[in-house]
Amino acid sequence: MTDFDADALMDFVVHEAALLDTGRFDDWLALFADDGRYWVPLLGARQADPLSHNSIAYEDRLLLQLRIERLKSPRAHSQQPGSHCQHVLQRSSVERLDADTATLRTPFLYVEARGDEQLMLAGTCRHELVHTPGGPRIRQKRIDLLNAERAWPAIQLFI
Amino acid sequence: MNPTAARIRALVQDDRVHRDLYLSDELFELEQRHFFTNTWNYFGHTSQVPNAGDYLALDIAGRPLLMVRQPEGSVRVFHNRCAHKGTKLVTCETGNTGRFFRCPYHAWTYKLDGAPLAVPLKSGYEGTRLHQCESGQGLEALKHVTIYREFVFVRLGDLGPDFDAYFGDVLQAIDNMVDRSPEGRLTVAGGVLRNIIHCNWKMYLENINDTVHPMSTHESATQAAQALWAGQPADASKPMAIEQILPFGSGYDFFDRMGGRVYPNGHSILGVNFSIHSNYAAMPEYEQAMRDAHGDERAKQILERSPQNSVFFPSLSVKGSPQAIRVIRPLAANRTLIEAWGFRVAGAPELLFERTQSYNRLVFSPMSVVAHDDVHLFESMQQGLPAGGNDWVSLHRGFDPAELGQGAQTTNGTNELLMRNQFRAWAEYMTLGMEDTP
Repeated sequence: MTDFDADALMDFVVHEAALLDTGRFDDWLALFADDGRYWVPLLGARQADPLSHNSIAYEDRLLLQLRIERLKSPRAHSQQPGSHCQHVLQRSSVERLDADTATLRTPFLYVEARGDEQLMLAGTCRHELVHTPGGPRIRQKRIDLLNAERAWPAIQLFI
Repeated sequence: MNPTAARIRALVQDDRVHRDLYLSDELFELEQRHFFTNTWNYFGHTSQVPNAGDYLALDIAGRPLLMVRQPEGSVRVFHNRCAHKGTKLVTCETGNTGRFFRCPYHAWTYKLDGAPLAVPLKSGYEGTRLHQCESGQGLEALKHVTIYREFVFVRLGDLGPDFDAYFGDVLQAIDNMVDRSPEGRLTVAGGVLRNIIHCNWKMYLENINDTVHPMSTHESATQAAQALWAGQPADASKPMAIEQILPFGSGYDFFDRMGGRVYPNGHSILGVNFSIHSNYAAMPEYEQAMRDAHGDERAKQILERSPQNSVFFPSLSVKGSPQAIRVIRPLAANRTLIEAWGFRVAGAPELLFERTQSYNRLVFSPMSVVAHDDVHLFESMQQGLPAGGNDWVSLHRGFDPAELGQGAQTTNGTNELLMRNQFRAWAEYMTLGMEDTP
C-alpha cells in the first residue's frame, strides 16, 4: 500500500474537503502542486477550457493565497459574521490512475452558512493529482456546478 | 402637481435623498410602472443573435421581451407573449426559433417580423372580432428601440426624450470601447457572470461612481495583494491579477484627481483624466494596428482614455478598457441582479480578451474577493437604513448650489455630484407623465 493507490487517493479527497470544512486553509493550500489550479468553470461540465470562456474562479497558488490572507484580515468586512462550510461528498470514482498521476471524480453537495443565511451548491469535483515525495498533490481541482451559469449570491469560501 | 408626484419629488433634496428610495415596495412598483418605462434601458448586443432566427429573451421592469435576428439581417424587439393567451413564446434565454415562432400551447405561429402566420381551426374565428383586435395582429413590436454601434437600447413607454437627446454626449463612452477595435467591431464573448445582491438597485449604481469607498471597503483584498507582492523589484512585470487588483488600493488623492463629468439625465463618466485602468502593460503590436486603422492622432486619443466607469443611467455601466460592461436589473426593492459581460475586440490580440475575462472574474464574479466586501456593505445598508432616527442618506460631499440646473459639468473625482445627478434624473423620470394623471 502506497500513498498513490486508489484507496489512498480517495482518502486524500475526503481529507482535502475536511481541511476546508474546518477552516484550515493554509494546510489546504499546501495540498496544491506549485503549478496547481483551482477552477470553477462558468459553463459547468460543458466548458472545454479555462481561457476561451470565462469562469467563476480560475486561480493559481498566488490568487488562492490572496484569498486566504484576506480571510485572515480583521478588515474582511464580509466575514463579520464569518462563513462556514460543509462538503458532503459522494464516493469518488477513479477515472484514471497511472504510476504518478491520477484523476478522481467526486459528486458533492456544498453548504456555505453565514449568519441566518445558507447557500447550497451541487456539483462534481474532478481532482487531477500528481505523485510527489511528500504525498499526492493537486495539479487541478475542477468544480463543475449544477446550474453554474445562473445568478448566485456571494460564495465566500472554497467549494 | 399630482400628489404622488409631489411626494416623490420631495424625497430627493439638493444634497440628500430619503431612505424610502431604497426601502419602499410601493416606490419600487411605481419605478416599474413609470421610471423604467420612461427611461432608455440596455437590452443586449446584436452579436448575441448572429443568425436569422436567433433570439435573446429577458425581462425589463417585469416585462418579458424578446430580441430576434430577422432574415434580412436587422434586429427587432417584441413583447415575449403569444397574442392568444399570453404564453411566453420562448422560455429559454437564447436559442434559434427557425423561420417562425410557434406557441407551444395552441400552435399559433408568427413570422420573425411578428406578423401572424397561422392559427388552428381558422374557421372558428370567422365573423369574430379577432382580426380587428390586438390578438389578431401578431407579435407586438416595441416602438422605441435604438441600436447604437450594436448596443441595443429600448424604451418601454412613449414619454420622454428620444434616444440621442436622452444619452447625448455620454455615447462617446461606447464609441471609445468600439473604437478600440481596429476593425470597429466587438463581439460578446466569455459568458456572463451573474450576481444576486439583496440591496436596492440604486445602491449598486451609486457605488459605481463612489471613489471614496475603495480605501476602506477593499482594504482586506488590497492589503493581501500588497503583502503578497511586497519585496518584488519596482520594474518586475506583474501577473495580470496583481496588476488589476493593486490599483484598488490607491489613495483618496488618486481618485480625486481622476475627475468626473456628469451629463443631463443621470449619465456620467468617472475618470476623465485617468483611472485604475490606465497603467496596464503596453501592447506595441496592438497599438500599431490601432494607428494603422485610425491614424496616429486618433489612435492616441482613443487609447489614452480609460475611464473608470461610464454610466448610461439607469441600467448600464461601461468600461472602455478592459472591454467589460455591467448591467443592472432590479428585481425588487431589496433585490438586484447584476450581470458582468465581456467583449472580444476584432483585430486585437488575445491578451485584451484575457484582460477582460480576468478583470470580470476577479472583480465581478460571485466568488470575487473584491466584490465580497462591496456586496456585504450594500446588504448592510439595506438592513441598516430602517434604523430609527434619520430618514436621510447624505450626498453632501462637494455640493454647490451653482451645480443645480446645469447641463454637463466636469468635477473632481470624489465629488458626490455624480450621485446627486443620478437622483435628480430619478425624480424627473419617476414623475414624468404623473402630472397628467389624477
